[in-house]
Amino acid sequence: MNWTLTDGRPIWVQLNEQLTLRIATGVYPRGSRMPTVRELAAEAGVNPNTMQRALSQLEADGLVVTNRTVGRTVTEDGEVLGSICLRLANQKMKEYLNSMAVLGFTRREAIELLEKMEDSTDGN
Amino acid sequence: MATELITCSNLVKAYGRKTALAGVDLHIGRGKIVGLLGPNGSGKTTLIKLLCGLLRPSSGELLVDGAAPGVYTKSIISYLPDRMYFADWMNASDLLNFFQDFYKDFSREKAEGMCAALGINPGDRIKTMSKGTKEKLQLVLVMSRSAQLYLLDEPIAGVDPAARDFIMNTILTNYNENGTVLISTHLIADIERVLDEVVFLREGKVVRHDTVDNIRQTEGKSVDAVFREIFRTIPYGGEE
Repeated sequence: MNWTLTDGRPIWVQLNEQLTLRIATGVYPRGSRMPTVRELAAEAGVNPNTMQRALSQLEADGLVVTNRTVGRTVTEDGEVLGSICLRLANQKMKEYLNSMAVLGFTRREAIELLEKMEDSTDGN
Repeated sequence: MATELITCSNLVKAYGRKTALAGVDLHIGRGKIVGLLGPNGSGKTTLIKLLCGLLRPSSGELLVDGAAPGVYTKSIISYLPDRMYFADWMNASDLLNFFQDFYKDFSREKAEGMCAALGINPGDRIKTMSKGTKEKLQLVLVMSRSAQLYLLDEPIAGVDPAARDFIMNTILTNYNENGTVLISTHLIADIERVLDEVVFLREGKVVRHDTVDNIRQTEGKSVDAVFREIFRTIPYGGEE
């Protein structure tokens, strides 16, 4: 999984989103130790202070827990993780409905189309 | 140890009738990577040379770690000039010896490690190296010191994009938490993501000093785009 940063939005916000996604999808499994700020910063090629800010937000969201002896670990709280997945799913649904609206489909039509869509065999 | 690493108040430098810095006020803290940005001739190199004590201010005050440029500040500053200054008959390991003799805070182990990672052979003479390799070697020497202030004047101008990434990573992983790195460049897009703050210089004055994320937040675009806007020149023969 690569880090993609786009222009025009604060870097720390984008890092935070990508870390959140990684936790939601189990790239950093529940209860596991997070890489250090320096490791993550080097991996993403960003300033450690910026990465630190992204991680502080993860902490504020309850996704990671800082422990004096083991460092930062991913939360084991299933509820928090569940609500994060839901939040990300909501975002995706909104994006879908918005782009369908641009094409002239109502919410209802968009939902019907989605249900009628054949399962694609190539998994995309 | 002063909390503020660099303090400039109303700093002026003139070369004869030509004013290079026209009253710079600048405060820079520790543990930061700061970009010094501006078009050609805006005073970037002059400011860096004043900081490392190669030039003396015409007026105004300049403090590094609370002290005026002198023997002490030179011992805590690691400077990468905008051009190579080593004798070209030396080879890479001669230079490592040279730096080891000169600087107490030089880590030979670090330098050798970085040379190996960059594929620089210790026995190679400088004369036989390409421009990019020379620049890499120079950066290795500068980043192998554990200084408080790293002044890097155009560190990535002459190297290929892949080496640029390596150099930026070298800077990221090798500066120490007490130290600050001041990088002058006009290749902003390449280094934007590693910077904490940027200082925009124009005609010898600071026109903006802010964090990268603040600029992105308030302007809704990258620092590179903001730079192009501020310093836009109208093409010759073009119309506004």
